[in-house]
Amino acid sequence: MRKVAVVGVAQTKFSGSQEKTEVELFAEAATEAIQASSLKPKDIQAAFVGNVLGDFSEGQGTVQAFAVENIGCFNIPTNRYEGACASASMAVRDAFMWVASGFYDIVLAGGVERAATMGTALATRTFAMFSDSRYEFPAGITFPGVFAMLAHLYAAKYNIPIKKLKEQMAIVSVQSYKYGMHNPRAHLRKEVKVEDVLKSFMVATPLQLHDCCPFSDGAAAVILAPEDVAKKLTNKPVYIIGAGQASSGPLVSQGDYLPRIKARELSSKRAYDMAGVGPEDIDLCELHDCFSIASILAAEGMGFFEFGKAGEAWEKGEAAIGGKVAINPSGGLKSKGHPIGATGAGQVYEIVKQLRGEVEPGRLVEGAKIGMTDTLGGDATTVVNMILRKGW
Amino acid sequence: MEYKLTFKAYNEALKQNKLLGLKCQDCGAITAPPKIACSKCTSNNLEITQLKGSGTIKTFTTVNVTSEGREGEVPYTIVMVGLDEGPWLMGNIEIDPQKATMDIIGKRVKMLQSKVFPGDKYSAGDGARPLFGFEA
Repeated sequence: MRKVAVVGVAQTKFSGSQEKTEVELFAEAATEAIQASSLKPKDIQAAFVGNVLGDFSEGQGTVQAFAVENIGCFNIPTNRYEGACASASMAVRDAFMWVASGFYDIVLAGGVERAATMGTALATRTFAMFSDSRYEFPAGITFPGVFAMLAHLYAAKYNIPIKKLKEQMAIVSVQSYKYGMHNPRAHLRKEVKVEDVLKSFMVATPLQLHDCCPFSDGAAAVILAPEDVAKKLTNKPVYIIGAGQASSGPLVSQGDYLPRIKARELSSKRAYDMAGVGPEDIDLCELHDCFSIASILAAEGMGFFEFGKAGEAWEKGEAAIGGKVAINPSGGLKSKGHPIGATGAGQVYEIVKQLRGEVEPGRLVEGAKIGMTDTLGGDATTVVNMILRKGW
Repeated sequence: MEYKLTFKAYNEALKQNKLLGLKCQDCGAITAPPKIACSKCTSNNLEITQLKGSGTIKTFTTVNVTSEGREGEVPYTIVMVGLDEGPWLMGNIEIDPQKATMDIIGKRVKMLQSKVFPGDKYSAGDGARPLFGFEA
């Protein structure tokens, strides 16, 4: 397997409902990434595009084919990836494999979504499609409902009074917003205090509005190339040194293992094994905080903190910049936003920018060498983890 | 290769308040909701069995923001119940939202009847789910 580097990266500003089409958003991100790589559209050999709900949000299927033609990458093979919120990570991981194998040299990977454009009612309905439509949706499951149940289960399992857990969850959200304030590409940029979280509207007990990430519109794109090609295009190649993925069945089928997420434990182990590093080596992690509780579950699942203890770690600042591992210095899904088909590529964008020292000082993780991404789709049915290392 | 217990059959039975699962003829495990392979040993040697419908509440949530078209149902409480036979199922419990607190985790429940979601334009038909009630 060859060494694969990320060359140019780009991300649109993630936002609420806006009027650019998915093809337009992706075209902007992709074109910027191609130019940032000192390449031209004709240099791209294949494209790997995450997009979950374009059919519903715009009546647009096969967005990947329309997008590559739009940007001038005529007639290249292009795939669409659907793994709910993990879609763009699936796309990047797959792109990595094709380049690592030697089949392609220069590829484009990323994703796009217009989740906000759908409005809350339709977005809630379509996000509920990531649960089991036959055996879970009839009971009225919603995506916040999934994590709400995991939050109650977590409190019960680790004997944490729910009031205490909610305070720890609020601290997670507050930290995300704090870093998002320094990120001009973030969707929700506001100062939020713990009291604001605990006073906000109750979406699904125990999750309140500020425990939940927003629906967002946006796109992100990255260019991958093997080491020898990458070194000609950039003096700051970032190598993907580990990539893992795993799946699970619906929430009910995961049963007794919950609130631990089996798919993430397997996926992150696969990434760590490939990379030859462990959780202690990770300087920063962009992880899947679709809900505040999800951050706690993710940090534990990846081995940063002991099971049942991540909330305390956030309280002690161990998950902050300057702590044990800097979690979501972009502002995370919570503040940076969550255009689900693009999110995983947005995480890669952030890690690459951080390792290159190309982010705003208020959220820079100084001296970072190794970063990790983590995306979870649906009922924890799809998890992808990638590990990236500074290559100069 | 025949799919032993399809959603169609499961759904029709549940509408008659019969909760069905599959018993593995090789390892004895119960698989529910139904699949083609045993959830424990992956054998396809499965026979339909009726489940008792009783178990304990593993977790819950009371939902205030729901999918397009189901706004009339809120607030409602979803439970995941660990059935006595082993598998977990998702259903609802009729409860005053104020009383849906952490205290209900671990309580024993029994399926009282089923409740049918009539379906919407995305769902390819209706779907029943268990409505649980606390055991005395």
